[in-house]
Amino acid sequence: MKLPDLDYIRPGTLQETIDLLVAYEGEAKLVAGGQSLMPMLAFRLLAPKILIDISRLPGLNAIDIGPDGVRLGALTTWRDIERHAALKTAHPLLAAAIAHVAHYQIRNRGTVGGSLAHSDPASEFPALVTTCDADVVVHGAGGERVVKGSEFVLGAMTTSLEPDEMITGIRFPAWPAARRWGFEEFARRRGDFAMAAAVVFYDLDAGGRAADPHIGIIGEPERAVRLAAVEDLLTGRVIDRDVIAEARAIGEQAAQTSDDIHTPAKYRKALIGTMIERALMTAAGLELRPVAA
Amino acid sequence: MTIVQNTPLVGTSLERLEDERFLSGRGQYVADVRKAGMLHAAILRSSVAHGRIVRIGLDAARALPGIHAIVTAADIPQPIPRIPLRLVPLPEFAPYHQPVIASAKVRYVGEPIAVVVADSRALAEDAIDLIEIEIDNLPPIGDRDVDASGSFLFEETGTNIALRYHTASGDPDGAFATADYTRRETFQIQRHTAAPMETRGLMAQWDESGPTLKLYGAAKVPYFNRRALAAMMNLPETSLELIEVDVGGGFGVRGEFYPEDYLIPFAARLVGKPVSWIEDRREHLMATNHSRDVGATVEIACTKDGTITGLRGEVFGDMGAYIRTNGGVVPTAAGMFLQGPYRIANVDITVLALMTNKTPVGTYRGPGRFEANFFRERLLDMAAADLGIDPAEFRRINLIREDELPYSIGKRAPHLPDAVYDTGDYHAAFERCLTEIDWTGKAAVQGRLIDGRYHGVGIASFVESGGAGPKETSRFVLEKDGMVTIAVGSSMLGQGLETTFSQIASDALNIPVSAFRIDHGSTARLADGLGSYHGRSIIVGGSAVLDGAEKFRTAVIEAAANLLGRPNAELRFENGAVVSDAGASISLSQIAASRRPDDGLLSVDGIFLVNKPTYSYGTHAAYVAVDPDTGRVEVLDYVAVEDVGRAINPMIVSGQAIGALVQGLGGVFLDHLIYDEQCQLLTASFADYLMPTATDFPSLRSVALELRLSPTNPLGAKSAGEGGMVPVAAAVGNAVGAALQSCGAQPRTLPLSPSKVWSLIHEPAATAP
Repeated sequence: MKLPDLDYIRPGTLQETIDLLVAYEGEAKLVAGGQSLMPMLAFRLLAPKILIDISRLPGLNAIDIGPDGVRLGALTTWRDIERHAALKTAHPLLAAAIAHVAHYQIRNRGTVGGSLAHSDPASEFPALVTTCDADVVVHGAGGERVVKGSEFVLGAMTTSLEPDEMITGIRFPAWPAARRWGFEEFARRRGDFAMAAAVVFYDLDAGGRAADPHIGIIGEPERAVRLAAVEDLLTGRVIDRDVIAEARAIGEQAAQTSDDIHTPAKYRKALIGTMIERALMTAAGLELRPVAA
Repeated sequence: MTIVQNTPLVGTSLERLEDERFLSGRGQYVADVRKAGMLHAAILRSSVAHGRIVRIGLDAARALPGIHAIVTAADIPQPIPRIPLRLVPLPEFAPYHQPVIASAKVRYVGEPIAVVVADSRALAEDAIDLIEIEIDNLPPIGDRDVDASGSFLFEETGTNIALRYHTASGDPDGAFATADYTRRETFQIQRHTAAPMETRGLMAQWDESGPTLKLYGAAKVPYFNRRALAAMMNLPETSLELIEVDVGGGFGVRGEFYPEDYLIPFAARLVGKPVSWIEDRREHLMATNHSRDVGATVEIACTKDGTITGLRGEVFGDMGAYIRTNGGVVPTAAGMFLQGPYRIANVDITVLALMTNKTPVGTYRGPGRFEANFFRERLLDMAAADLGIDPAEFRRINLIREDELPYSIGKRAPHLPDAVYDTGDYHAAFERCLTEIDWTGKAAVQGRLIDGRYHGVGIASFVESGGAGPKETSRFVLEKDGMVTIAVGSSMLGQGLETTFSQIASDALNIPVSAFRIDHGSTARLADGLGSYHGRSIIVGGSAVLDGAEKFRTAVIEAAANLLGRPNAELRFENGAVVSDAGASISLSQIAASRRPDDGLLSVDGIFLVNKPTYSYGTHAAYVAVDPDTGRVEVLDYVAVEDVGRAINPMIVSGQAIGALVQGLGGVFLDHLIYDEQCQLLTASFADYLMPTATDFPSLRSVALELRLSPTNPLGAKSAGEGGMVPVAAAVGNAVGAALQSCGAQPRTLPLSPSKVWSLIHEPAATAP
């Protein structure tokens, strides 16, 4: 499990990086935190000609909070998010979900851009991008373009990035202070990849009914998805235990799961239902477990 | 030097002397051993579980710059050496010994086919990628029904059942024929293994003028390995020096003789340079011994009032593709410990060792015991429930009483003498555990749904052997500076032996631990040593240290008598000096300094011989909460009570117990070597092979009792390193069964992964036997 021979370069600017990507025609890999890439190289699952180290590119690790929302530079680490005091109110869902990403050592190095570009179907960050309708800012030979979050991840470890492109930032829409939200994840051990997770949020209309609910799940084999059936169910409803029970059942039914060595498909479906239920209970401020008589 | 020491150290929690070295980063592991000109080896391992090797094409790999040699079976002297058995060397196993490299056939994924020696490990792996290998696939054997397909790992034997034996005591058929109640169940413990933090590794360096070999990276049983390697290489044992450096965990799997223990020295000699091989994690998970993977069909017979009258068991161990050094220990021990600490007059045990196309199996902390206790204790809980008897009361009725000891369970394997439980108060340890877990108080939560989770408490009692003979040795050497070096035949695998041996020697000689240096580093120090396994290092190794200390005192007095011109009878060894009744005194350093050059250093050999194992025993209790929606089991409280006879260092005993509990809980919930139908290993990295981490099981307690000394050794010690492991699956299985009693769920197989527990609750038909 030693890396094959490869070249390494650390460009100083974004333009140089793009030029290198163009020059290597898909045979280069960008490395920032390296938390997924380096094990893949060691296992020799990948054999790029060159690693382009973008970890010191200037201006790509800022967290900007403004009226339009939260902008994360691609090099923002999980630790940066975790320790950012203002994010806890500016985007509480983001801060809460990131606490489930891996372990300390990995959170110190892993970046949001790397996670999104890698797009493991069990990762939290692509699920957030999808569920929150975030915009992905991409630079390439043709300049800047913005990809809608729901269109960025195409499948397991497959994105709409072109070989000459890199992610430079992710923009999360503004988060109303009164928004209700919940995040629930289930993994074998703390920090492991999620077997299932639910990302939920909705606003309340004047009558206390759910408006514009977003229900995203981790647990499908290709990528995190939003469950329109559950969102339709919740729209305009007061979120109580009965509605949540219904949402759980519909979510369980809607989720498309498959077997892996730790997770039979049927169990994973049920787990997704449970995660939706628990995230919605949190969002609605309901006690998860009724106290025994 | 001023030495005053009056308080005995044995029995105190002295801080570990080795820890300063480890904590300050001065530990030296085999990957730290580097020599000038050293090359690196990587091993091409079979990616096919069962097949015939048709062709190995090496040209492209050999053409790569930086490659010094590629060794295949064609380069090894014929017949290709096969790895001898160290334990349970039954003749039935003879056809199944592992050759050090695959020649005609491959029999498991991970079997060595070629060794590449290169300037760097990365280059060696590049070359491996260029080796062309053609294998004709044969049907792989992976199921328990090993002979069904007619495909045989070893065609000449015509079977994949390597061993079947049967033992019985009393009249089991009569007992079952007349029983008020019987129940028969089948259980299975999944394949898993130790996976120590440090993988294996070796560094071989030859000096052709001898020729002599220095082989770094030995552990556990270096003297056996030296003997085996010398025989394979046709050299006298004294030409080989096996060197132990620090290790990051052994747990049974490290240090046994593996193919690499021949291949790396062979390759180093071939290239004429030192060669280092450091196993990577992927290799480790397919090359280092697997373990467990034992199933059993067990049947119990009882009277209505709960007296067990009979026990039958058929135990089947999946041995993998070869019988390695540990022979049949794993299934044999599972058969042996099936009866446990209970009075059962009529017992019938059959043991089968099955050959499959998987990595060979060896011993892992608590071999056979972890399995047997799960099988029996689960069945006891089921029987107690059927009979309407409280599980604790059921055990009270049947636990052997002290006045029945020594208690012989008879001959439990063809190669073993009668097993005779020695000393103990099984009931006292049992009641202590119930008190600790508050068994009576917990009745209120048993099986109840509380805050959305089912709560349950389970108990399990065990007895297990340790302290294997027949001997261990030590050598005390008075160094020139007055320090005492104690060379030992025991191996240091993280058990804190540098500390505990020093404590024993310190008390025996009444000099402080700082006066000793424990030397386990090389097979050059002693003629022989048996090493560290079967919880024997304190019992046998510590007793050899004690013997050596006593002889050392006599030798020092003898030397002082000559120097002081006084008869031995007038001299005493006190405070690091020999003093006479009349007040004359000579210190150890003065005695050392007075040696004539021709005399060499003052040294004496200690030895301890023993032909009986010790039997430690105890009871564990687990309190769990089961989330029915996710299948997650949380261990809310866990108590392990064990009578260790005598704790040399209670802190170390406790650390060993807690470590063993966590490992055991890993085996219950996480660790699982999964194969597919083609016998491909699906868990070849830590992303898929899950182990417990420091945060997974925070609520564990161990209580080490010193109720009854062991009669086999002067220290009175019983094994203390494995008891923390052996009833863990049993106790947790019973706790989960108790928690889920309202769903009728009964754990019969491990691991209790969330999906399996969920399935027990929600798919009872799918999980019924």
